[in-house]
Amino acid sequence: MVGAADWAGVAQQVVAGLSSGGTYATLAVALVLIYRATGVVNFAQGELAMFSTFVAWTLTQHGFSYWPAFALTVAASFGGGIALERVVIRPVERASVLTVAIVTIGVFFVVNGAAFWIWSPQVKSMPNAFSTRPIRIAGVAFSISDLGIIGVSLLAVLLLWFFFRFTKLGLAMRAAALNPESSRLTGIRVSWMIALGWGLATALGAVAGLMAAPPLGSFDQNFMQPILLYAFAGAVLGGIDSALGAVVGSLALGVFLNLLGTYVSWVGTDLRQAAALAVILGVLLVRPAGLFGQALVRRV
Amino acid sequence: MPLLELRGVAARYGPLQALRGIDLSVGESEIVAVLGANGAGKTTTLRAISATVKTSGEVVFAGERLPGRPEAVARAGIAHVPEGRGTFAQLSVDENLRLGAHVRRDRAGVKADYDRALERFPILAERRRQAAGTLSGGEQQQLALARALMQRPRLLLLDEPSLGLAPRVVADFFRVVAELNEQEGLSVLVVEQNARLALASSSRAYVLEVGRVAVAGASAELQRHESVRRSYLGY
Ligand SMILES: Nc1ncnc2c1ncn2[C@@H]1O[C@H](COP(=O)(O)OP(=O)(O)OP(=O)(O)O)[C@@H](O)[C@H]1O
Ligand SMILES: [Mg+2]
Repeated sequence: MVGAADWAGVAQQVVAGLSSGGTYATLAVALVLIYRATGVVNFAQGELAMFSTFVAWTLTQHGFSYWPAFALTVAASFGGGIALERVVIRPVERASVLTVAIVTIGVFFVVNGAAFWIWSPQVKSMPNAFSTRPIRIAGVAFSISDLGIIGVSLLAVLLLWFFFRFTKLGLAMRAAALNPESSRLTGIRVSWMIALGWGLATALGAVAGLMAAPPLGSFDQNFMQPILLYAFAGAVLGGIDSALGAVVGSLALGVFLNLLGTYVSWVGTDLRQAAALAVILGVLLVRPAGLFGQALVRRV
Repeated sequence: MPLLELRGVAARYGPLQALRGIDLSVGESEIVAVLGANGAGKTTTLRAISATVKTSGEVVFAGERLPGRPEAVARAGIAHVPEGRGTFAQLSVDENLRLGAHVRRDRAGVKADYDRALERFPILAERRRQAAGTLSGGEQQQLALARALMQRPRLLLLDEPSLGLAPRVVADFFRVVAELNEQEGLSVLVVEQNARLALASSSRAYVLEVGRVAVAGASAELQRHESVRRSYLGY
């Protein structure tokens, strides 16, 4: 297990875990956003992020460097998310939660298939977002990339929090999610608020995908699937209806999985997804509302 | 020309015909009451106006046909305080008030109205940061009214504001409504079970019976009419 002299290694692994956790957190907040607006878990969230990442990759192939490609892709994803909601979710807006969930599963396969059709199945690689040099803090070498990813993830989530907390539109979106009937009576265009939620979630997903891709070295059209699983686990751990919970849960999960993979030799990287699944099951059995949530399951 | 006019308005919930052709009007700066037994169609009448139920017939407001979507009706200048008050329980009093002004663009006017609302309902000023769900029934009714006023409507729809409140709280509530009507010319269409109170606070009234207008007239007249009181109002 962990030796006393190994604390520098542990610190490095914790930061690396927070970095992965930050990516999960970004995607998890996107899940929470749509869950609150639409009442369903968006199973296509990861694939949408993958699609955004491939769009950005295409831009980098056409002379854009990473950050301009990032900005363009996040903006386009926002528009794409709104368009997607208008086209496929709006028609089932009043349908049951199960119907909407099935539609998102349909979107999962369509987007995945479309990405294979548009881009060849060969693996891609993304230019780095941050310097690959390490930085020494208190004598320990940390990866600048890890710190950068943590920073961008937290910044994205904070911006979103600020938007919901302090803007008129953000308030209207929260109201629409809490009580659509009353919102309509006060003149809020609820249907558009839901579309806007999908736009924001898709943009946030793009941030997650664009943070996750470069450190992988190479990735293909399925690269977001395990990350979606981790984001689910993080969101469930924190409480699927709580954005703060999703962030805390995801960061904790990232650190936990990273330490587990590093220090418990038989887990390695292969059993991480099984560990995430175990977290999901454990939370649902022991505390369905998660750490910060209101209630995930209501018995009828 | 009246501010609001319903002509032959009918509405159904599936096979159930809840309104069978209602004619009703509210004049400029008038308070009009809608009375009737449980299930008579009072709530449905208000919902027909705010387009939260599908209707046939005509609803004309300020000379124009009202659009068929509740958010558009709100934008046209009608504030609806529904049964159960329609406040946002999880949001703070402050947020509820700000939501009331969602359709408005005049920032300065909104700010002024916000301050006036807190002046008019001091308890809301005290509870500004509290979640609306934690307020008492009477406080919530004040919040519902304050929130509706933030919209600066020309017509206010109230659905059984007295429900579940102590007589004194109800009296206070109706005093404020009368004040708004006198001082600011606000038009009000109020649904009530409490016929005595509603007739005392309105200039005209409609009594509904199974989806139709059974009796209509000046509130003072209706109050005086022994037989009307007996057969329709139950007091
Ligand atoms: N959502 C609904 N679905 C089906 N039927 C409904 C619905 N809402 C109302 N009704 C029916 O329509 C009729 C009129 O209802 P409405 O709510 O307008 O009555 P009301 O006069 O407001 O009664 P109350 O005094 O009890 O509030 C009733 O028979 C009621 O059962
Ligand atoms: Mg009613």
